[in-house]
Amino acid sequence: MRQVLRLSALAGAVMLLAACGRGDKMSTAAAPAGSTSVAHAASAKPDAKPAAAMAGFVPPPESAIPDTPFGREVALGRKIFIDPGTYASAYVGNRLSCENCHIDAGRLAYAAPMWGAYPAYPAYRSKNRHVNTFAERVQGCFRFSMNGKAPPLGDPVLVALESYAYWMSQGAPVGASLPGRGYPRLARPAKAPDYARGEQVFKSHCALCHGADGQGQQVAGRTVFPPLWGPQSFNWGAGMHQVNNAAGFIKANMPLGRGDTLSDQDAWDVAYFMDAHERPQDPRYAGSIPATRAKYHDSPQSLYGTVVNGKLLGQGTPPAASTH
Amino acid sequence: MSTLRLLVFVAGWALVAGATAGTEPDGATIARQGNGHGVAPCAACHNADGSGQPAAGFPRLAGLPATYLLKQLDDFASGARRNATMQPVASGLSPAERAIMAGYYSKLPVPTPTSPAPSMDAAQQALAQTLATRGRWSKGLPACQQCHGPGGVGVGDHFPPLAGQSAVYIANQLHDWQNGTRHNDPLQLMQAVAGKLDAADIEAISAWYASRPVAGKGAGRP
Repeated sequence: MRQVLRLSALAGAVMLLAACGRGDKMSTAAAPAGSTSVAHAASAKPDAKPAAAMAGFVPPPESAIPDTPFGREVALGRKIFIDPGTYASAYVGNRLSCENCHIDAGRLAYAAPMWGAYPAYPAYRSKNRHVNTFAERVQGCFRFSMNGKAPPLGDPVLVALESYAYWMSQGAPVGASLPGRGYPRLARPAKAPDYARGEQVFKSHCALCHGADGQGQQVAGRTVFPPLWGPQSFNWGAGMHQVNNAAGFIKANMPLGRGDTLSDQDAWDVAYFMDAHERPQDPRYAGSIPATRAKYHDSPQSLYGTVVNGKLLGQGTPPAASTH
Repeated sequence: MSTLRLLVFVAGWALVAGATAGTEPDGATIARQGNGHGVAPCAACHNADGSGQPAAGFPRLAGLPATYLLKQLDDFASGARRNATMQPVASGLSPAERAIMAGYYSKLPVPTPTSPAPSMDAAQQALAQTLATRGRWSKGLPACQQCHGPGGVGVGDHFPPLAGQSAVYIANQLHDWQNGTRHNDPLQLMQAVAGKLDAADIEAISAWYASRPVAGKGAGRP
């Protein structure tokens, strides 16, 4: 009985930490909190589709945004989406933009496109244990992925982003899980993800753009290559901090323009490496790292509260001096 | 007396400093006169100010990242990058001279292009702007600026500036990547990109970046 309870709690925790834009459920193999290696989710139905496979849905072209009051709201949403540090600065606490994880301004299949997310809400999310509207879902992006503050419901930033996502989803079936939604789910890797192997993948395939220290590169105050960890990256509450989500994103989309060239094993390893670095504290911090892990991170896909390379993860980073 | 001693001291120092400088190759001298061992002056093709000869397809070198320039020279020398003119030049330079020349050109101020970029019609401008700022993700093509930075100013050590570069040079490189003649790009990023462009794309994007202002110099870290 106790086992069953524990297992269902784990499954809940994993669902609650589902990545940006997806609510796919998966069962997990239980692993003790604090373990140093990730026992991988035995995902019930690994995504067999290669990410390069054409998704069925094609969003309307940007040129089709109408010149109407609604269209102007859509256009504003697009601007926020690609440059939230400028157009939604009050709610942004790092140097990322929505587009870093939702490629092509939220249009690209297998990069958590908005046309896959918008028609999937309202939806129950274990992350906060209630039915979320799309607007509330976007609030979560600001709070966790952007390490900022949630815009209040009805805020012009949310209205614009919701308008953009709605416009892009024209013709998409409501409530259906479209191919290309979210990130691909990779099959469990042959070898458990490994920090040292991941570091090698990082050095050979990622450091060119993201820097040897993972802090990305900026030009004239604009982020060109996003920081992958550290004070200017997403915080411990973001979906991308989960190794499976990061692995799916990386496999399908990295290196930029050469998606689907890393092996699954390399994608898992480098995702583990990235997610085994320190980043801003989870804003839901529950007083201690173990308590926070127990409450929000009790999943084999989260390295929060575990020890990797002799370092306890989940300590957070000092507040960033400046964001943009 | 003390003034005289000071003068003697200063003169002596100047001699020593001059002699020391004379024993090492100097970037400006090699650029102007060649290296004295058969390598022609760089300025013959790349111009005295490093601005190149855009119409002839000789690229601007001034202000490009030293790391990038050195890699190109080393690749010409090893044959990893092929070019009938540059391979003998780069192999004729010692590794130390290649490093000196890369450093020299990276520090030259970026000259304002004097010859006009190729003219573009409205359709070409729209096409180029889309490729530069949006890409064509339906074909898996990232926007140029996603690596080369806003306005093509260049990013860090590995992504050279495109703004103000010779249109002929840019087009030649894209065609070379496309047909496999050039393949010294890290992670095959440019081969992948060029393979998704057609001739009209290449013509438009090359002219577009040649006409971009060169005000900003590529910078790397936050």
